[in-house]
Amino acid sequence: MAEAHPVGFQWVMEAKKRGAKIIHVDPRFTRTSAHADVHVPIRAGADIAFVGGIINYVLTNEKYFRDYMLAYTNAATILTDEYADTEDLDGVFSGLDRERRVYEWDSWRYESDAVRPAAGERSPDLTGAQLLQVRRSGRGEAQGSGGAKAEPRPHTDPTLQHPRCVLQILKRHFARYTPQVVAEVAGVPEQLLRQVCELVTENSGPDRTTAFVYSLGWTQHTVGVQYIRTAAILQALLGNMGRPGGGIMALRGHASIQGSTDIPTLFDMLPGYLPMPHQYGNDNLDAYIAAETVEKGFWANTRDYMVSLLKAYWGDAATQDNDFCYGYLPRLTGSHSTYETVLEQLNGRCTGYFLLGQNPAVGSANARMQRLGMASLDWLVVRDFSLIESATWWQNGPEIETGELRTEEIKTEVFFLPAAAHTEKDGSFTNTQRMLQWHHTAVEPAGDSRSDLWFMFHLGRRIRQKLAEAGRGASAPPEGVASADEWNRPVLDLTWDYPVRGPLDEPAAEVVLAEINGWSSDGTPLSSYTQLNADGSTACGCWIYCGVYAGGVNQAARRKPGTEQNWVANEWGWAWPANRRVLYNRASADPDGRPWSQRKALVWWDAGQGKWTGHDVPDFIADRPPDYRPAEDATGVEAISGTDAFIMQADGKAWLFAPAGLVDGPLPAHYEPQESPFVNLLYGQQHNPVREIITHRDNRYQPSGAEPGSDVFPYVTTTYRLTEHHTAGGMSRFLPYLAELQPAFFCEVSPELAAERGLEHAGWATIVTARSAIEARVLVTERMRPLQVGGRVVHQVGLPWHWGPNGLTTGDAANELVHLSLDPNVHIQEDKAMACDIRAGRRPRGPALRDLVREYQQRAGITAQTGTEE
Amino acid sequence: MSDRAWIGWPVYRQLTGDDKLARGKATRSAVTDRLEPRIKNVDRVAKSVCPYCAVGCGQNVYVSNEKVIQIEGDPDSPVSRGRLCPKGSASLQLTTGDAREYKVKYRRAYGTDWEDLDLDKAMDMIADRVIESRRRGWQQEVDGKKTRRTLGFASLGGATLDNEENYLLKKLFTALGAVQVENQARI
Repeated sequence: MAEAHPVGFQWVMEAKKRGAKIIHVDPRFTRTSAHADVHVPIRAGADIAFVGGIINYVLTNEKYFRDYMLAYTNAATILTDEYADTEDLDGVFSGLDRERRVYEWDSWRYESDAVRPAAGERSPDLTGAQLLQVRRSGRGEAQGSGGAKAEPRPHTDPTLQHPRCVLQILKRHFARYTPQVVAEVAGVPEQLLRQVCELVTENSGPDRTTAFVYSLGWTQHTVGVQYIRTAAILQALLGNMGRPGGGIMALRGHASIQGSTDIPTLFDMLPGYLPMPHQYGNDNLDAYIAAETVEKGFWANTRDYMVSLLKAYWGDAATQDNDFCYGYLPRLTGSHSTYETVLEQLNGRCTGYFLLGQNPAVGSANARMQRLGMASLDWLVVRDFSLIESATWWQNGPEIETGELRTEEIKTEVFFLPAAAHTEKDGSFTNTQRMLQWHHTAVEPAGDSRSDLWFMFHLGRRIRQKLAEAGRGASAPPEGVASADEWNRPVLDLTWDYPVRGPLDEPAAEVVLAEINGWSSDGTPLSSYTQLNADGSTACGCWIYCGVYAGGVNQAARRKPGTEQNWVANEWGWAWPANRRVLYNRASADPDGRPWSQRKALVWWDAGQGKWTGHDVPDFIADRPPDYRPAEDATGVEAISGTDAFIMQADGKAWLFAPAGLVDGPLPAHYEPQESPFVNLLYGQQHNPVREIITHRDNRYQPSGAEPGSDVFPYVTTTYRLTEHHTAGGMSRFLPYLAELQPAFFCEVSPELAAERGLEHAGWATIVTARSAIEARVLVTERMRPLQVGGRVVHQVGLPWHWGPNGLTTGDAANELVHLSLDPNVHIQEDKAMACDIRAGRRPRGPALRDLVREYQQRAGITAQTGTEE
Repeated sequence: MSDRAWIGWPVYRQLTGDDKLARGKATRSAVTDRLEPRIKNVDRVAKSVCPYCAVGCGQNVYVSNEKVIQIEGDPDSPVSRGRLCPKGSASLQLTTGDAREYKVKYRRAYGTDWEDLDLDKAMDMIADRVIESRRRGWQQEVDGKKTRRTLGFASLGGATLDNEENYLLKKLFTALGAVQVENQARI
């Protein structure tokens, strides 16, 4: 955190000054470790084992926060007897279809009196292949904010003794995560694990809270979502959610990467985490709502959110009679993630590509495959500040050097359009705590540089104009489409009349913000998503952002100085939802509505006023008393009881056991990374059995564990960021100040590994995987420590991933080494734990580079099948 | 020089005054007193947010003669309290430095070098290409079920864009039938 989010780290230092203990878990000793009380060097890829060991400690020693756990989690909920755990099936859960590599998750459910359809929670007639498609299309992710289905009124055992209650299932599941096993798997000595367990549990309870902070070190794995699930289980057991000083904080790495998830430029979602319609089960609006709505809580109002979005998109054209233009939406048939897009480029179906402030030529996994994809395009548009590698690969890319591509034989047309900077446009960023902050135009952009708002608006304007003329024969509809009109109606009916200002005809960003916020039929800005309707009387571009323009005022531009507010500071910017700064903060009070302790008071029930109040905006129905109990037949928001602190969940509880929403298991289990020098010591199952595999000749996988050839890649490698550079380097490698501060790509190795491989400090090393070989300056440092894993020593190699061939400081891109084996929930690649070889000296030049990679592949016996088994 | 000019020397003041470590008034001179921060007489200050990571540090952007002349941390921000990291502190260089391109560049198919291209012309060419790729990659149905979409073009990017920009991007491309819309959040 001190490395990649240094200014955020000031608050960790403030906490430390007040006596907080800082624990840093990282394979490397970094600037964060230097300030920590405890540094835990860990084998990359073993975090579920490590955190699972803490959970085992909590359960074995009954260190959980019992009152919190009983009231606010599903610890007491009873599962059906169809559920079988990894304990029963040697490392997999019930419902695994090994042939199709997909879980049927019907057995992971609560026992209840409710009558359920025989099979398939959406459409009972889906075939296995169709089910796989739906699972691949990111349903788990769209449900990330709580829309996953679960029985709203399950059977429970408040004594926590029932053998099928969640707490008992957890105890059995985590029993094998003993200190001895954690030491063997993760390389964390028993006494160090013990110290962490004691620090965390002593600092949790009514008077104290512990926070977890993570970044891509947890997400970029074939089990990335389950890493975070493991922390969620621990934090829910310890009562650290929804309370000040608690939580699980994702530190995100781009100015508005949270915003681009909320208003998603992602294939599987519409704004506000509404799932993109799927080919199966989402035929019309009613079917979509039936499939995607839950019975209880705020996701029961999905129809309000969806219809209001359709009204924002298509305005007057969207009516009750035409399903509010729902039929205009394109449908998914599986995963269309950025990695599948590369395959579509290589097979010639995807012929055009926009890159907007993104540099996949060095910034995406398997960078060579990214460039080969771009070399298969008809056209490419790059919008950026400088000539990044994604704009120049046809001229100076690594494949030109190896002779795989020749400039004059590449057909791709490339348009480079200079982008405007944040100082040259109005707009809002959503930061890592879900807070929108407005930035104001300081000066107009110079030359041809323009904002992306300008680019999108004027591109849309031109396309609409051209399509409107298409009736005159300019562009015939494709095969199977009845008429050009049917084909183009969604584009022509789109509301696209944004006012422009100034000499450049810049669209008014505040008008777009007002549309995102939403308005009633007479144009009055809405102030809350509870005002949204399903009858077409409201329009709202992103329901969770409703309120950011309340009263016609840009709430994101509020800047009351922090020194003039309380510590929550909720008059600075605006956080979704409803300007709440701590999600699920109802849990900061006990079931009766009183703070668990005065020291940790955040919101509470004021019986005199008959409403919730406190330092933050209460994340609960404002006037619902703690003793409110819903009627048996209540649905939606009415069904939320006065103690259902987790109001977005289908049962109102924090999920220790996730009965839905995840495609790879209701509980986390340690699996080895796609490529690992070790066999899985915890289960007979080596890898996540449903991880997403992309079989392609340019994406070969290495053998793992006990497989022959795995010793060709004996070391573990992981990628990371430096304070002085940013992501793929487009905003840092081209700046003299930053290039001077970190002037060269390097690899970090321990003195022991340097001795083993003859690496010299400040000399060169070549790092090899089955995809490619790269060279780096060698940094021999005791910050890298050899660990004892599986009865032997393992060495790890650290690689900062900021480099590429262009800019003021140049070097090979670590992403050349990375394979595409993905987390099946969110389709994210596994940069953070791979296996590699390292050797002294520079890598070969020209065609010899590919020869070296082929030689390694042959030596390890790699075929198309290697690493693809479940 | 008058023979007692050395009385004005900093070292004399350091030795004889109460500023023994020469960290304060002992080292002040007339020049020091005339120094002014470069941001003192700017035409305006735009309130802004750091464009690098997602912490969201506040920035003050100082403008003089329609040029950004300095970017500093905003002390009012409850997030950052005026601080910026090495990257945030380099924002001025990012936004006004030599590395920025200000002209459209075009590489034609099979071309070996960049060519100049008028922005208006480029926008028109791109619009044509979107329409054509949309048509060629169109899938009205897949396996007999309606999909009403195109795989003909894709976009990647958004994590560095404003919410309003992402909103227009998703809205336009969804209406065109594109589903391959992605950003760094996947990566």
